[in-house]
Amino acid sequence: MTNATNNTGVGAFTANKEKPWERVKNARKENRPQARDYIGKLFHGVFEVKGDRCFGDDPAIITAVAWFENWPVTVIGQQKGHTLEERMACNFGMPHPEGYRKSIRALKQAEKFSRPVICLVDTPGAFCGIEAEERGQGLIIAEHLRAMATLKTSIISIIIGEGGSGGALALSLSDRLIMLENSYFSVISPEGCASILFKDSSLAQEAAENLKLTASDLKTFNIVDSVIKEPEGFDRFNMDKIVMDLGRDIKRTLRRLTRIKPDRLVEKRHEKFLGMRGL
Amino acid sequence: MKLFSESIEVENAAERPKDDALEKLHCGGCGKDMIADIAHANDSTCPYCGALFRQPAYKRIEMIVDSGSFIEIEREAESKDPLSFPGYKTKIASEKTKSNMQEGVIIGKATIKGQRTAIAVMDSYFMMGSMGTVVGEKIVIIAGFATMNRLPLIIFCASGGARMQEGIHSLLQMSRTTIALARHSEQKLLHVNVLTHPTTGGVTASFAMQGDIIIAEPKSLIGFAGPRVIEQTVKDKLPEGFQTSEYLLGKGLIDRIVDRKDLRDTLAEILGLHCKR
Ligand SMILES: [Zn+2]
Repeated sequence: MTNATNNTGVGAFTANKEKPWERVKNARKENRPQARDYIGKLFHGVFEVKGDRCFGDDPAIITAVAWFENWPVTVIGQQKGHTLEERMACNFGMPHPEGYRKSIRALKQAEKFSRPVICLVDTPGAFCGIEAEERGQGLIIAEHLRAMATLKTSIISIIIGEGGSGGALALSLSDRLIMLENSYFSVISPEGCASILFKDSSLAQEAAENLKLTASDLKTFNIVDSVIKEPEGFDRFNMDKIVMDLGRDIKRTLRRLTRIKPDRLVEKRHEKFLGMRGL
Repeated sequence: MKLFSESIEVENAAERPKDDALEKLHCGGCGKDMIADIAHANDSTCPYCGALFRQPAYKRIEMIVDSGSFIEIEREAESKDPLSFPGYKTKIASEKTKSNMQEGVIIGKATIKGQRTAIAVMDSYFMMGSMGTVVGEKIVIIAGFATMNRLPLIIFCASGGARMQEGIHSLLQMSRTTIALARHSEQKLLHVNVLTHPTTGGVTASFAMQGDIIIAEPKSLIGFAGPRVIEQTVKDKLPEGFQTSEYLLGKGLIDRIVDRKDLRDTLAEILGLHCKR
């Protein structure tokens, strides 16, 4: 009884202060900038590398070598697409195993050439389908995590929109995690949570509040290192301010991380995550 | 081939009835009802047809390791409620009573035919073996313990996935367990996984698929997404036997399927192959 009262109280407070469901809807907006938009603005001399050398090329994950100012970097970005045509081609940003396998290939090359890695996270989740299962969706996410856990070069991950479950987490095991103000990062979609726990997917708003999935929630938990504020009217046609702020954060971070010896960098990454014991 | 429907029935059947003094299990294989304790005393196997029930963690330990050799660590660790999630505390309390477990996994050290090993056993009777902070932390601890003591590590996986009620903290356990096991692996130590029914979600997408050797019990549901989610996504019937151990073996995703009664021998063999230098 006390429990229920408490929870209503907490929920209502969070809702007023944070509006998590509004943020989730914002994160999914069609004209919100996506990985390809950021790649065009943050980097130059972009050389896209394609294919997993095994099955095919997954447009839901873009991998590229590019210049960030005077650093050659590896970029890995999850791409959802803006138009319906693009969205279908990108499978609505839900990667298949070959996408993650391509990403692992990009990670290994980054390590070989001592290039920092910058990941742009934006997916409702890894694809849940028959072929994805057949080709080892779980296995490949596990291998992707292992690759990032042991990678001897610096990794910055930026959640630019949707941080949906394991498919997003796979690209988040990094030395620095940045979130945009209206991105979210969650174990399950609010709709999924509502339909499983509350047996009613229309309670997604309530689920979003309870899941504590906003950038500021994650900052409170010390899971995210910095949150980038989004200006009024922020969309893909109006993103220069964000690009500038992100660029500044990336630059500062790279200056710091590239001075650390690779073995020590990995050790620090391990310490960071092993230290996250929950509250 | 009726593997898939069978294993699902077993899962549903094993949902325990409420206020019965003697809990019963219904076998999806032969349709018979029986007293749970009797089935569990028989390696959680149906005495009539041999179908496998989900096995409680302590029964598993009893069946696998040398008698009296198991020393449990971190037994008392229990879940906090980091998100103040509605109903979670009550849920945890009732799961504890129902399953006689503190949490969804037990960890410790033991010997198998005299060979020392670290071991973790997940229990799907505790909140479907879902991975929250305590399950993740205990895997991290046992991996660290095995690394420090230069022991192989055997993990029996059984999980419905990440635990929703701990939100992002549950999801992060995929990264944390991965790191702890990577450190174990870097020391050239052996990690064997035994996948049991069901192994899905965040556990499949992290440590369950990271073993040097991955074996599975027959007819177990193993996958990333659950079959219902996939059915909804693809709006189609799933193929016969989809996501069973047999299916995964055929797709090259696991090494071998081992009958429950042979697991102790097989694990002893594997340990033997890796311990002589
Ligand atoms: Zn039977």
